Amino acid sequence: MTTSDIHRMTLSQLKRNLEAKNLSSREITESFLKRISETNKSLNAFITITEDLAISHSVEADEIIAKGKAKSLTGLPFAHKDLFCTDGILTTCASKMLSNFVPPYDATVVKRLKDAGIIMIGKTNMDEFAMGSSNETSYYGNVSNPWNLDLSPGGSSGGSAAAVAAGLAPAATGTDTGGSIRQPAALTGVTGIKPTYGRVSRYGMIAFASSLDQGGFFTKSSEDAALLLTEVAGLDEFDSTSSAEPVPDYTASINNSIKGIKIGLIKQHFEEGLDEANKKVLEEALKALGSQGAEIIEIDMPNIGLSVPTYYVVASAECSSNLSRYDGIRFGHRAENFNDLTDFYSKTRGEGFGSEVKRRIMTGTYVLSAGYYDAYYLKAQKVRQLISEDFKNAFEKVNVIAGPTTPSPAFPLGAKMDDPIEMYLNDIFTIGANLAGLPAMSIPCGFVNDLPIGLQLIGKHFGEESILQCGHQYQQITDWHQQVPEDFK
Amino acid sequence: MSNHWEVVIGLEIHAQLAAQSKIFSGASTAFGGEPNTQACLVDLGYPGTLPVLNEKAIEMAVRFGLAVDADIASRSIFARKNYFYPDLPKGYQISQLDLPIVKGGKMSILDDSGNEKIIGITRAHLEEDAGKSIHDEFENASGIDLNRAGTPLLEIVSEPDISSAKEAVAYMKKVHSIVRYLGISDGNMQEGSFRCDANVSVKPFSQKELGTRTELKNLNSFKFVEKAIQHEIIRQIEIIEDGGEIVQETRLYDSNLDETRSMRSKEEANDYRYFPDPDLLPVIIDEEYINEIRESLPELPSAKKDRFVKSYQLKSADAEVLTSSKQLADFFEEVDKGTDIDSQSTANWVIGDYMAALNKTDLEIEESKISASDLASLLNKIADQTISGKIAKEVFESMWKGEGSAEEIIERKGLVQITDDSEIENIVNQVIENNPSQVKDYLDGKSQLLGYFVGQIMKETKGKANPQKVNEILRRNLK
Repeated sequence: MTTSDIHRMTLSQLKRNLEAKNLSSREITESFLKRISETNKSLNAFITITEDLAISHSVEADEIIAKGKAKSLTGLPFAHKDLFCTDGILTTCASKMLSNFVPPYDATVVKRLKDAGIIMIGKTNMDEFAMGSSNETSYYGNVSNPWNLDLSPGGSSGGSAAAVAAGLAPAATGTDTGGSIRQPAALTGVTGIKPTYGRVSRYGMIAFASSLDQGGFFTKSSEDAALLLTEVAGLDEFDSTSSAEPVPDYTASINNSIKGIKIGLIKQHFEEGLDEANKKVLEEALKALGSQGAEIIEIDMPNIGLSVPTYYVVASAECSSNLSRYDGIRFGHRAENFNDLTDFYSKTRGEGFGSEVKRRIMTGTYVLSAGYYDAYYLKAQKVRQLISEDFKNAFEKVNVIAGPTTPSPAFPLGAKMDDPIEMYLNDIFTIGANLAGLPAMSIPCGFVNDLPIGLQLIGKHFGEESILQCGHQYQQITDWHQQVPEDFK
Repeated sequence: MSNHWEVVIGLEIHAQLAAQSKIFSGASTAFGGEPNTQACLVDLGYPGTLPVLNEKAIEMAVRFGLAVDADIASRSIFARKNYFYPDLPKGYQISQLDLPIVKGGKMSILDDSGNEKIIGITRAHLEEDAGKSIHDEFENASGIDLNRAGTPLLEIVSEPDISSAKEAVAYMKKVHSIVRYLGISDGNMQEGSFRCDANVSVKPFSQKELGTRTELKNLNSFKFVEKAIQHEIIRQIEIIEDGGEIVQETRLYDSNLDETRSMRSKEEANDYRYFPDPDLLPVIIDEEYINEIRESLPELPSAKKDRFVKSYQLKSADAEVLTSSKQLADFFEEVDKGTDIDSQSTANWVIGDYMAALNKTDLEIEESKISASDLASLLNKIADQTISGKIAKEVFESMWKGEGSAEEIIERKGLVQITDDSEIENIVNQVIENNPSQVKDYLDGKSQLLGYFVGQIMKETKGKANPQKVNEILRRNLK
């Protein structure tokens, strides 16, 4: 590769070039900023571009590198989903409600990456408050899929996915509540990882559904995902649900062979809802894993079919409460003309939230209401437990579960906006891992109609090493992850 | 009030825990800061922030649970109570619903007839306080002070075992005393650190099922608790006797008008949509932890009272008063240790003159004008017969005014008791000589005139004559 290919390099390749002094941080950073200024108009992947800050940080990074004091990510550009709080920098959650919100602090993920030397180049577009599967609910307009601008990149982390796919950033954060990293990763042909619930601190991640939300990454390779996760994972005193489980060096174990590893296929995920063309591509991917010595075993998960309704009860319930703080009193959008307190609340929230957010707040309020709680919320919690047990039983037989990330490739913008159920079903294969709190990733595994398809790998609790290892080994013998959209070469 | 009516009361007491920092953040809980200076991003409900439990609050709740013989839950969970109000930053209050940390305790009080009565404690749970809305300082606007937001509270819920307004106060005082003994709350009612809501209903004794109850909100003094409940009992009885029905509702007590008025009815009540807070893990408490705390518990009022009766030979009622607060009990013990006078006399002094002086000047023991050793040295002057008990009261007053030590005041004012027999005899004889007709009446059988002579002698000596000696010599010389 030449320097003109900077935007096609993986984070690890850029790192090696920085270390070898082939490239400077400033060159790399400016190259990405230039890409953004040329192409963001058509993609709408970024809400905020922190150009000046990024350049001055790259200059500092070059000085640090010159002094031989570089840390693991020093000088590497990076984008954050606009849901991670960034000190002094607009953080909107793609909502009118927070269109003026400048946090006075950094999210733990942001801080740890900053401490490791990373340079933020901007904040990416997303579905409003991470509620959506197409990036069309954003107050800042939809993001386009780099593979075809008329298509959705998926969501909710569509901006991050599109930015990495189109070479506007070498890697980016995302958050995944029901598939918001894996689904857009699959639809844009990049690698996306959602770690185990509790592996990465949620502090400073603006909450959608607290028991499901988990921060993760979009990268060009499993190796890059391992590199980032090693820096960010681990206990955080500001998040009670973060885990004290020791953090291994994920970049070390990915090189191990997958010979003898047992990979399970969820029977139910190949029976219903999966397009025939996708199925064929997936079968090829599984063959490739098999050729590396993995043993493929079919597993039965009788309750997995209940994932989507369970998810929409739990997630909506939690979001209805999490979003109560947006009342116009201390921050965010505030209604100007009102008669009394109730009127102030309804106008502030009526104006500040988009329709999908309102739909979920209403659903959540309903399922928690007196007289409905047992039938909905409590029942959903019980089903959630059953689904977790299905996974637990499965992991007694296998090391990793593999299957589709999405039922079909990217769909046209606008195609599903009028049918929320159809939209929700896009997450049918991803939601299970959120309900059970398991680590899962999506890696590119082929094309249908010239559009990328994702292979989903799900691991045991804190089993990131095994899915990263499978992903990396697969990416050693395939080049799906190196494919770039024609218009963004 | 008619004997026909049975009153049923349950109290929900909110005790602010004496933790340095808030229950889910590191911000200070100190009272009286400039508005909104003691609220961090967590307290302000900023996007992305998360609650982290203050372990100190758990420890304090466990202490309380053990002190009232309750079960400590091995697993308890925090839940969100959802409602909108400007001083509730997150739009929900973190509290406990289904699995509170403390369950099923009891407390003994004295009922209206002075008999021991057990009041059940249903539960005690941890929660965060809301902020404060200020409605009268700004034109066309309300102020919000979030300093109090996130302050740890222990809500102590009693069984409906209380049968009168007086009992309610006795129970509340007992809880107040216990939380202060345990050092888990300063119990400062003016600052709102200790307040209660009361559920009140009445029914004819013959009726089995309970009457419809009303809830009285935010009673923040013992006096208001008594008055508000008393008022509410009468209101309810009058309504029923007039053929009306009690409406289940929340009522506010107006201390200025001494009346309660409706705040909201059951129909208007919020549906709080409680659900387990996903940001917090269940609180797991093991036996070892409970035992550690049990061992560190101080002597509690009832045990202390028993000990006072037994080892100081005090009257039970006096022991009850002295042990009502740890400070008072400690004060008594310190005085007693420093004096030779008998313990019951010391108790009389502490409960009598000393507490009266505190009440009159509205001071706490910590702010007292007279220390335990000051009082002990005064009592020693009685014990060694330097002064009489009566003179001691005068000296006490001077001491309270800061005029010096007992010794200094006695000396300066020449209050040393006359104990010299011949000196007293001279005065006695002089009084007998000056009152021949009273002497005659006395000798004719009007024995109550003895007090008259004592009075005359005391007048002559400005109260300094030793009373026993005066009595003795007077009786002898009047023969």
